[in-house]
Amino acid sequence: MGKRVSGLALALLSPMSVAQNQVNMSPGVTEIGADIFELHMLIMWICVVIGIAVFAVMFYSIYAHRKSKGHQASQFHESTKVEVAWTVVPFLILIAMAVPATSTLLEVYDNDEAELDILITGYQWKWKYEYLDESGEPVAFFSNLATAQEEIYNTAHKGENYLLEVDEPLVIPTNTKVRFLITANDVIHSWWVPEIAVKRDAIPGFINEAWTRVPEEGIYRGQCTELCGAYHGFMPVEVHAVSRPEFDAWMAAKRGAAVAQSQLAMQTLSVDDLMAKGKAVYDSSCLACHGAQGQGGIGNAIAGSPVVLGDIASHMAIVAKGVSGTAMQAFGGQLNDVDMAAVLTYQRNAFGNNTGDVVQPGDIAGMNNG
Amino acid sequence: MGDHHHGPAQGITRWLFTTNHKDIGTMYLWFSFAMFLLGGFFAMVIRAELFQPGMQLVEPGFFNQMTTLHGLVMVFGAIMPSFVGLANWLIPMMIGAPDMALPRMNNWSFWILPPAFLMLASTLFMEGGAPAFGWTFYAPLSTTYAAPSVTFFIFAIHILGVSSIMGSINIIATVMNMRAPGMTYMKMPLFVWTWLITAFLLVAVMPVLAGAVTMMLMDIHFGTSFFSAAGGGDPVLFQHIFWFFGHPEVYIIILPAFGVVSQIIPAFSRKPLFGYASMVYATASIAFLSFIVWAHHMYTVGMPVAGELFFMYATMLIAVPTGVKVFNWISTMWRGALSFETPMLFCIGFLILFTLGGFTGLMLSIAPADFQYHDTYFVVAHFHYVMVAGAVFSMTAAVYYWLPKWCGRMYNEAMGKTHFWISFIGFNITFFPQHFVGLAGMPRRIPDYALQFADFNMMSSIGAFIYGASQLLFLYNVIATIVAGKPVSDEKVWDGAEGLEWTVPTPAPYHTFEEPPLVPKPAGTI
Repeated sequence: MGKRVSGLALALLSPMSVAQNQVNMSPGVTEIGADIFELHMLIMWICVVIGIAVFAVMFYSIYAHRKSKGHQASQFHESTKVEVAWTVVPFLILIAMAVPATSTLLEVYDNDEAELDILITGYQWKWKYEYLDESGEPVAFFSNLATAQEEIYNTAHKGENYLLEVDEPLVIPTNTKVRFLITANDVIHSWWVPEIAVKRDAIPGFINEAWTRVPEEGIYRGQCTELCGAYHGFMPVEVHAVSRPEFDAWMAAKRGAAVAQSQLAMQTLSVDDLMAKGKAVYDSSCLACHGAQGQGGIGNAIAGSPVVLGDIASHMAIVAKGVSGTAMQAFGGQLNDVDMAAVLTYQRNAFGNNTGDVVQPGDIAGMNNG
Repeated sequence: MGDHHHGPAQGITRWLFTTNHKDIGTMYLWFSFAMFLLGGFFAMVIRAELFQPGMQLVEPGFFNQMTTLHGLVMVFGAIMPSFVGLANWLIPMMIGAPDMALPRMNNWSFWILPPAFLMLASTLFMEGGAPAFGWTFYAPLSTTYAAPSVTFFIFAIHILGVSSIMGSINIIATVMNMRAPGMTYMKMPLFVWTWLITAFLLVAVMPVLAGAVTMMLMDIHFGTSFFSAAGGGDPVLFQHIFWFFGHPEVYIIILPAFGVVSQIIPAFSRKPLFGYASMVYATASIAFLSFIVWAHHMYTVGMPVAGELFFMYATMLIAVPTGVKVFNWISTMWRGALSFETPMLFCIGFLILFTLGGFTGLMLSIAPADFQYHDTYFVVAHFHYVMVAGAVFSMTAAVYYWLPKWCGRMYNEAMGKTHFWISFIGFNITFFPQHFVGLAGMPRRIPDYALQFADFNMMSSIGAFIYGASQLLFLYNVIATIVAGKPVSDEKVWDGAEGLEWTVPTPAPYHTFEEPPLVPKPAGTI
């Protein structure tokens, strides 16, 4: 308790603290974040001062004007002067608050002249990032929660970034005006990273804009902040801000991987490769609903499922198009042909299903057309 | 004149068929207390799961059902009906009327409530579970992606709306038509004033809520696309409609609480309410402003900047009339002769904590700062300071204050004060740390959280169990008073109490003011 109280006092004095038991907003690393933080502190201190003044009067009255002390009640009950004063003065204080609030808001809304555009799409329950750049192979990927189920269900030690870590973070260059175009595929989500002061709702069918310019390299973490279904608490955001050269190198590697991926789709893969890749896809895309052992949960069981044991094309149709009116999403737009082939192969052979069916990436295009 | 002094019918039919405002008020109060315990139980499940990081007790989907039902039951089942119950008991007695203007409708507006909540609670046992989309039920999570039970939820909301509208029309009709001669508008007790304004708010916005859920029903079952962009609709439209209802709704909850506090503080200060007329005008201003600030709940949906600015300025303005009220209450206490019985303690608790909630509300109104606050625990802390420490504390004060008049027996003062202190301390242990975790970045409505939030969440859960337990003490105290409290027969009960309800015998007889009373000039009301 002593530690907590001293920590509290410390944190009140130094709002920079971001460690355990942080008690205040963080100014973050961006200019806008710092502006918002200053605004927040300004209004908080105005409230504190008003609060102290008002409650001092009340507590004095509670102390001095007690019946038990024999205090006689006076009978005054109005005073136009005082009442006008305490209507006008707060109004003036509000105007003083509105001025800095307006200028900060206008800055937040200044989306012009971005140097890099990134399309962010919220899915139940992951984020998709697409770098909008005319030149070269398009770069797009999903970012899933990386925290293991064992940590969540308390059978393994919880790591330092418990629930705030992803398999593939968003990478942005420092000192660059990055514009985020934010939308959603299913329900409303909200993309929030406190340290870079961006929060914007991701709304299906609409595109919202937000921007940031991150001056410092670092890892910035956030979470979805609009209730989006069962696993709302499990779709974090992780942003890596890196130097421009590092970013360019990362982008080149990503493009190379995208080319390799499209070549892979032309090849015939070994069963072992498909099963290994399929398990990885299953764990990130299917496991939350269908269970680690394919036992089901929110979704139906995969083990012994008539869909999985039945016709390959209709199995794929369900994975690709989803089931309307249920939590089963359309994965067609989320998985490339290799991933789709791998996860179908995996589902048809894991959890005791043992159909022996092998689906190759080349088969996917055929079934899509058929 | 005949026999006007017949008592109530015997047995269950007394309650089923009653048209007596006191019986109906009593039923509303007990029903809302039952809902308060049910919603409180859901809150205990939530806090137990959040006691430590990691999933321990419930699954994430069920956790969402708990947060949803907690909100719905507390807002529509506990707080709103409790104030309707209070209005039923008190408004006729305060304005010198024999009963409510529309007694049969009064019966009906109560009796459709229990089946509505039974239906809502039964969704817990349906396939796919209860509604899990939050009490704000944003589309499309509540339409395309909802469990089948959403249809029952919609029907329940419709019934609650009908009940509220009937109750409000009744209050408006009573206040407008049944005031005793000489009881002019500007002589009405402030509780009556705040309820009259609240009733107009209810009549204005409950149909809007009904419209929202009807559009949901159409989207789910009849192929329309009000809230689906794929069909030409707009998910944000839902939020606009919901908050056009939702923001007045929060004033519907808090205005009667203001009324209660404005009755009790003068009584225990033994001094008339300061600034009666400005209180009435402030209440009306708050009601007006409540219609033009709804989108401050939606700063992050991507509104144009002009819209953001309008809603920010309008929202900040609410601080002015709210401030006037707080200043008036404190001026009422100033140079009074104060004593601190349980109702006064709860009112002072209200005054301090509601003002804190008002301050955080002002902070939230600042749009750019709200980009960091929005949908975090800072918001959860804010609205529990105004809903619990505001509405529930004042309701508790009201029960202690008027219970002796209702049942002719005095509650146990020591137990009442104990209840206050445990509530006050438990409440603050629960909700004060939530400001911290919210500012530090913890989103609301999550069943599990990052490790840096662990200590404050544990503190919050411990506080919640303390606050929850203190309500059982309240229940015991009320039952013990009704069954075996020390009889009181003094008409005034409290030496500082003012108003017509304190001129009838104690306990209040089944029928009061069959003959209109002579309205004395109530002290402090011009």
